[in-house]
Amino acid sequence: MPPDVLVESAPADRLGIAVLVSVGRHPLTGRTRRADQDARAYELALSIAGACTALLHAGQNDAENELALRGYLGMVGASESGENTAERLVVIEQAIGADVLPALVNALRELTPELVLCGMRAETGEGSGMLPYLLAEWLGWPIVSGVAQVESVSDGVATLLQALPRGQRRRLSVRLPAIVTVDSAAPGARPSAFGPARRGGLAVSAAASMPDEARAEWLTTPARKRPRRLKIITALSARDRFKAAAAKTQGGGGKVLTGVSPEIGAEAIQALLKEEGVLPS
Amino acid sequence: MHNGTDPLPRRDSRKERIARNRLHPEHDAVLAEMLGTSRVGPSLWAGPNGLARRNPHRVGFSGPNGIKRIDRSGAQIDTSLNLRTERQAVVADRRTTVEIETPAFLIAVVPDLPGGRLSAHDRDLLGLARQLADADPAVPGAVLAIVFGAIREDGFGTAGVDRLLHSLIHSADQSPGLGASSNTQCRPEARLAVLADVERELLPCHWLLPDSPMGGADLGRRLAARLSERPATQVWQINQDADGKRCNGLGAAGSTDINRPLSRLVLALAECAEPVAMTRHAARPMTLPAPLSRMPGRIQDLGAVAVDPATVALDEAEFILAAGRGVSDWAGFHNAAAVLGATEGASRVAVDDGFMARDRQVGASGTWVTARVYLAVGISGAIQHLQGIKSCDKVVSINLDPDCDMNKRADLAVIGDADEILAALVALQQRIEEKADAA
Ligand SMILES: Cc1cc2nc3c(=O)[nH]c(=O)nc-3n(C[C@H](O)[C@H](O)[C@H](O)COP(=O)(O)OP(=O)(O)OC[C@H]3O[C@@H](n4cnc5c(N)ncnc54)[C@H](O)[C@@H]3O)c2cc1C
Repeated sequence: MPPDVLVESAPADRLGIAVLVSVGRHPLTGRTRRADQDARAYELALSIAGACTALLHAGQNDAENELALRGYLGMVGASESGENTAERLVVIEQAIGADVLPALVNALRELTPELVLCGMRAETGEGSGMLPYLLAEWLGWPIVSGVAQVESVSDGVATLLQALPRGQRRRLSVRLPAIVTVDSAAPGARPSAFGPARRGGLAVSAAASMPDEARAEWLTTPARKRPRRLKIITALSARDRFKAAAAKTQGGGGKVLTGVSPEIGAEAIQALLKEEGVLPS
Repeated sequence: MHNGTDPLPRRDSRKERIARNRLHPEHDAVLAEMLGTSRVGPSLWAGPNGLARRNPHRVGFSGPNGIKRIDRSGAQIDTSLNLRTERQAVVADRRTTVEIETPAFLIAVVPDLPGGRLSAHDRDLLGLARQLADADPAVPGAVLAIVFGAIREDGFGTAGVDRLLHSLIHSADQSPGLGASSNTQCRPEARLAVLADVERELLPCHWLLPDSPMGGADLGRRLAARLSERPATQVWQINQDADGKRCNGLGAAGSTDINRPLSRLVLALAECAEPVAMTRHAARPMTLPAPLSRMPGRIQDLGAVAVDPATVALDEAEFILAAGRGVSDWAGFHNAAAVLGATEGASRVAVDDGFMARDRQVGASGTWVTARVYLAVGISGAIQHLQGIKSCDKVVSINLDPDCDMNKRADLAVIGDADEILAALVALQQRIEEKADAA
């Protein structure tokens, strides 16, 4: 069965979006679920007005995965931007432990979306976060990571808000087609409704699987909790180590301004803040 | 009278008696004459029949309470000197200088440099790079650090860098208002092009990048895709095995440990190795021989977006203005936070007294903050509070009490009334803003 029967490109007058979704794993119960970041990516896609969204998954096609994937199809309901909920989810069937990259590249070449949205990294398997970067390299598209909001899309250019550490945001514009990854800074996904999830269409297409040989040789164990490093002690002798371990915080040789007027004190503080670059310019 | 040629050694029993009597007024002089050295004399000398003799009164030093202390570690402390400067000097001197002239291979490291300085994560990564470079002393490798943008760090050598490649791309768009974030992710494609040039010209044996949201995670994965290398991600340990090096990393969103052969490109987590402590390296500047070819980026940076600092979570905030019991003008404090663009924090007393919300409390039973700059106003620095600001870079304290613990922790302490100094700071900042508006 050729895959282009299942994967239809968006109509010419609407923005074509492909959301790559995966099967997640609940961090506490370990049960399969819709992956959190992927669900946020779909939520972001739903917030873009006048788009036509397709959901893509490459992986095994069994009952447990289907249940988890249907979680995405249950994400319906009033979105202020109108109707761009995906009608169905396309599963490109792959063997267990296969490298899904070639299958996804082929599907995206077929689908020719303008924007590809996905999470930063998977919740199962290697979870290296390399897939979007490899897709970008193979397709020759630009990639932007950690996006919190799509502000506008016009004339083949998308304006995005990228989430930086420390709650900061940066505005970027990127030429389409592009790959955009989403992490937990993006708005949370709406809950999944059971009925629509059951009724939603799930189309399965077969594709050749590429086994991932390198990964088969790795040793995978449940993660151990690593002790956090408390203090770095760089002493040669036992005496120094003991002293360092028992020492109270001593003055770090900081500057102390005593008996100055408030203005002079304020100037000193301002100079330090300016040097650190935290003051608004 | 006897002289040096006299074959018979003669004893002066009076002098021997004086030398034995520590309290005799001539004791020091006689001892010095007998031992033929300085007034004090050595604490250890060879006796007449070759036995080592020790003068117990000459070893040790008097401790802080006047009690004699003997320090057998050999690192004796002379109380006449300033303790602190002496100890710091000793620590600095212990670093041995290492110069690697012709390295057998290169380990390339791309530190994040938030705010232009090496972060703790960067230092751990450089420690890991040293592990790889110094694994075999017969074939020493060199650590090459590739840094971008404006640099405010001068300790590359002591962090373990042998070669330093400074690429000046987009140092012009450093926005001062953003501090740490301005050094990251601005133009990943331009940075990637520089790294690809390094790969072509120098062919490093390994690439190490921090797997951090500050930019290393993104850049590292871009590089891996460009070089077609499968990276080891979220690595927290590298160890040597019978059949080569292996590494341990996290997989599946941190729920599994993956043990695999070490790959050429490694994205490592914080605390992956101990930072360099005992050596100092050359950090010799390097330039790339080839001219750097650039293609226009498809991603354009439209600059930072103003975020209301009051909405930033306390543990994410970069600049915190924290109030304690010393603050009485609360309207002035909130105004100062708005003018300075700081996120508000508080001590427990300020929260308990109802002046601040509970989610603003800093400390052991509040939030452990990671701000780069922490401005503590009228906070005494109780241990429960200091625990919460352990990972802050720069601490500034405004307090009436010059001896409080917060001042000991602070890099800059201003002694004075909190409200007055805050008001002066606000006035100063507003004056500067007006000037900027007028210009
Ligand atoms: C189990 C436990 C958990 C705790 N957890 C926390 C915690 O998470 N966070 C926390 O903060 N505390 C915590 N505490 C409380 C902590 O021990 C201190 O009581 C508290 O931090 C003190 O707050 P403060 O510095 O604001 O007040 P104070 O200790 O009263 O200090 C006020 C300071 O302001 C100065 N001052 C006074 N007037 C002026 C003025 N006009 N101008 C300038 N300076 C002035 C004074 O010199 C003094 O240094 C905890 C305590 C316990 C027992």
